[in-house]
Amino acid sequence: MFGKLSWDAVPTDEPIVMYTLAIVGLMGFALVGTVTWKRKWGYIWREWFTSVDHKKIGCMYIIVALVMLLRGFSDAIMMRTQQAMASSGGPGYLPPEHYDQIFTAHGVIMIFFMAMPFVVGLMNIVVPLQIGARDVAYPFLNALSFWLFVVGAALVNVSLGVGEFARTGWVAYPPLSELGYSPGVGVDYYIWSLQISGIGTLLTGVNFFVTILKMRTEGMTLFKMPVFTWNALCTSVLILASFPILTATLLMLTLDRYLGMHFFTNEAGGNPMMYVNLIWAWGHPEVYILILPAFGVFSEIAATFSSKRLFGYVSLVWATISITVLSFIVWLHHFFTMGSGANVNAFFGIMTMIIAVPTGVKIFTWLFTMYRGRVRFETPMLWTLGFIVTFSIGGMTGVLLAVPGADFLLHNSLFLIAHFHNVIIGGAVFGYMAGLTYWFPKAFGFRLNDRLGRIAFWCWLVGFYFAFMPSYVLGFMGMTRRLNHFDNPAWQPWLLLELVGVGIILCGVACQAMQLFVSIRNRVKYRDLTGDPWDGRTLEWATASPPPLYNFAEQPKVNDLDAYWGMKERGVSTLSHTDYRAIHMPRNTSAGLVISVFALVCSFALVWHIWWLAVFGLVASVVAMVVRSYDEDIDYFVPAQEVARIEKARLKDLAEA
Amino acid sequence: MKRTIGYSLIYLATSVLLAGCNLVVFNPKGDVARDERDLIILATGLMMLVVIPVIVMTFVFAYRYRATNKKARYSPRWASSHKIEAVVWGVPFLIICVLGWVTWETTHALDPYRPLNSDTPPINVQVVATDWKWLFIYPDLGIASVNELAMPVNTPVNFTITSDAAMTSFFIPALGGQIYAMAGMQTKLHLIANQIGQYRGIAANYNGRGFSDMHFSTRVLSAADYETWVNKVKSAPSQLDQASYIELAKPSVAHKITYYSAVQERLFLDIVEKYEGMNESPRKKDTQVQRNSHDERATQQPSLLAEER
Amino acid sequence: MSNIVMDKDIAHSHEQGHEDAGSMRIFGFWIYLMTDCILFATLFAGYAVLRDSVAGGPSTVDIFELPYVLAETALLLVSSITYGYAMLATNRNHTSHVLRWLAVTFVLGCGFIAMEINEFHHLIDEGYGPDRSGFLTAFFTLVGTHGAHVLSGLVWMAVLMAQVRSRGLTNTNTTRLSCLSLFWHFLDVVWICVFTVVYLLGVV
Repeated sequence: MFGKLSWDAVPTDEPIVMYTLAIVGLMGFALVGTVTWKRKWGYIWREWFTSVDHKKIGCMYIIVALVMLLRGFSDAIMMRTQQAMASSGGPGYLPPEHYDQIFTAHGVIMIFFMAMPFVVGLMNIVVPLQIGARDVAYPFLNALSFWLFVVGAALVNVSLGVGEFARTGWVAYPPLSELGYSPGVGVDYYIWSLQISGIGTLLTGVNFFVTILKMRTEGMTLFKMPVFTWNALCTSVLILASFPILTATLLMLTLDRYLGMHFFTNEAGGNPMMYVNLIWAWGHPEVYILILPAFGVFSEIAATFSSKRLFGYVSLVWATISITVLSFIVWLHHFFTMGSGANVNAFFGIMTMIIAVPTGVKIFTWLFTMYRGRVRFETPMLWTLGFIVTFSIGGMTGVLLAVPGADFLLHNSLFLIAHFHNVIIGGAVFGYMAGLTYWFPKAFGFRLNDRLGRIAFWCWLVGFYFAFMPSYVLGFMGMTRRLNHFDNPAWQPWLLLELVGVGIILCGVACQAMQLFVSIRNRVKYRDLTGDPWDGRTLEWATASPPPLYNFAEQPKVNDLDAYWGMKERGVSTLSHTDYRAIHMPRNTSAGLVISVFALVCSFALVWHIWWLAVFGLVASVVAMVVRSYDEDIDYFVPAQEVARIEKARLKDLAEA
Repeated sequence: MKRTIGYSLIYLATSVLLAGCNLVVFNPKGDVARDERDLIILATGLMMLVVIPVIVMTFVFAYRYRATNKKARYSPRWASSHKIEAVVWGVPFLIICVLGWVTWETTHALDPYRPLNSDTPPINVQVVATDWKWLFIYPDLGIASVNELAMPVNTPVNFTITSDAAMTSFFIPALGGQIYAMAGMQTKLHLIANQIGQYRGIAANYNGRGFSDMHFSTRVLSAADYETWVNKVKSAPSQLDQASYIELAKPSVAHKITYYSAVQERLFLDIVEKYEGMNESPRKKDTQVQRNSHDERATQQPSLLAEER
Repeated sequence: MSNIVMDKDIAHSHEQGHEDAGSMRIFGFWIYLMTDCILFATLFAGYAVLRDSVAGGPSTVDIFELPYVLAETALLLVSSITYGYAMLATNRNHTSHVLRWLAVTFVLGCGFIAMEINEFHHLIDEGYGPDRSGFLTAFFTLVGTHGAHVLSGLVWMAVLMAQVRSRGLTNTNTTRLSCLSLFWHFLDVVWICVFTVVYLLGVV
């Protein structure tokens, strides 16, 4: 009746998990209780959960990303503590089966449920505003994408308390991830959470690709688009071309595990090496999906906080396009050691190095934007400067690893760990934090507390160096990754140093949490009345903070790059004082949520082999889609008087500012 | 001339300093590892040509053009310069050209499948990765050992590697690079040890519960000591045949060093064919075993593996 | 309220300064189809790798019956033609003809699925199911995924027929018919590739 599911699925014999569940349960209870006591469910349902507004959806993505950052970071703390404690032959405090789940979960959460939603969230909030549009091309699909992503995150979180997670590493190589070596439900949780959130991501790719190509405001040709939007376009292309590979590969693994097929098994003619190729053919574009939007953020920030045009715009755009194309022909560098032969290895190594050229061009672009500018060291700019230095080091070690002869010694070592954390934290995460600080006032209408933001930055920067530079040394000392205990005492001092670094980063995260709390409490004092708190250059700064639901009462006409800057210089306003017209907007709907909830039911049932429930979930999901397709009440007009009222309030704010 | 001396000194200093820090990668005990280390140093040096200027420029520009410094020139509309573009595209491109050429050469020279250049005849070792231990079969001597690999100093060793379980990686950091061990496949590695000693070998790809304990001892011995070791193994009570292998292959963690004085003929290939054998098709034979490197030395040294197909 | 434009599609296009909502839907659907293309490409790649991994079991020459597959193909190709007639009728606003041609397409599609299920059933009965070898795994998955897409198309077609019957050929419905048309023809093209790469090249 319930498949493999029974009360044994709750890991009552693992105290760490039980404590975690208790704490999370209490916090969740407190949250739900507070919302109920303040009678806010109606508001949350109407304004957020059923919203199809790109700004709200973007905020929700980032909120979930930040929550998952806490979980992924907790995993990191546990791993580092275990390694520091277990370096002299002792077992540490984490049972090995637990540790192996933690490093898998850490990777999966950070990449799929922290970094991806951060990227999608920032794109959601910013891109339509930057191109002068009212929303994305498919607002309902946008909401559906978000809720499908939430289903994936929910599955990963449920796996902590019900069952187990995969113990295979975040890319889950077979045959280890096949039934023979992973008979439990862990890999199944992995498969379904990635598969479902992957569909959401694919739909996002379609959405933004069409939005950027088809919905730019009048006068904004492709080469007058802001750089963040260009990067969003390239990211969408990467998503469109790479995520189907992930879908197909996970499908193959699913068929192996559920129907006894032989795609990647050791026996009956399966080919594990094929999985390795396919997963990295997706995996490499994936990491560029994570970094390109961060590059876009830095481009915007470098120009704004140098009070100067971005240097070499055309060059930068072509560099981004070439990175996009090249990222599809480098995937083999993730497994030089699988024995492909010198010609193949050399080709992919050289291709990987070639990507370093346009990436270097971008870094020089940002430097020369500062050159002869007036650099203001606001927090977003601090993140940018920290990024340039840190990412250069990470990029360098990447090119080093791209040389197969060197990789033979360093593959899967702590040197590799240091490299990719170097570029992901120093590159992507720094970019997301910078973007968060930069666009927070636009999204919520008030600024973040400045002092705490600066302290958080320094904690992250210093903490990062302490936490990961020793890993390069450990790699040179022959330490390989994913070990949960070892007997080489020479490694311990470095591991302890890294633990200190993790502690410093923890201070940074704590500062950020405090920053949010303080800023929300002081939101009236920090209110952004002008809509342009940083003296920005692009169109999003022309709207109020937060923008009205329709973004622009009248879509602006654009003449040049840095459209808003040009308007400011010419004294042109984007506000029409008289001619307000009714605006066509999509209606909120719960359909995305409903479809996704049934998808969650279906996937949970599939994990536990509860076949009747899985069929029910699938059918219900499809029915919900059909019901939505019958819905004709999907849009409405905002009356002209309402538009007038909103715009007049904005003018009043501007006068006050 | 001075520049060459300068570079050599830097190179020497780097090697000495790094070796002093107990960094096994910079303290190679074999030719292959040494070549790979040199490659790392060279590539890092080339990259520094870009990275150091970038870091310096970051600090200099940020400081010089800070908003409070009214003395610095402010050109808000200046956003393009063909000269700068030429340099930022051109210089990295040139560096990559050099590095690319180095990559091509060294990837071929350091191809794990390429037999080593040596006057000493090589010894052959077959390696089986099972859960969670390493089995070493010496097909020409008819002996085997678990978790202990012995080899004579200054002698090339031809490894043929497979797995009887999940995918993992065979790695002796002091002697050279790693290569994956995969079921149904035979991968090859050629190493040589130039210094007597005991070095650590590990599994470098996570393959389950016993991964952290899947290391083995590599003993590089003088010719005489190697003979002694071989004789010690030859006098061990256990023998490795199908039955005892099945027993051995059962999952175990931190397996004690074990010796087998006799090995069933064709055991290694039987293990490989357990999986590979099912791949037989009328179209083509599996070419993994016969893969040649593009090196004439390979044809001059016919394989000494007694039972190779 | 005199300045409100009641036709939402035109209102949308006036404001956004681009073509109407329908054509944007169709463009987006094209993009989705291209991603579906890559999904199939991955499955084709898997098939190419595993085609010779017969694990002592049957290979392509042993299990493919070309006349049967030819009949299947004919059903699918003709269904594309009949869908084309449905689209012509849509352009002429002939609701009853649209429904008629869609019904014929539906029946032909069901016929294709039935034949495919029959082929699979037959193979599994003989012990040549997808769990027998890498080759059979890849074969069943590639052909089966295409079949699953056809099945989804049939479900979509049934729902659309119901919607056209109850609401007529509204803008929304015609856009949806266009999207389904793209989908159906795309599946046809993929089948041509399957037919060639799997079946024809398999018996050569």
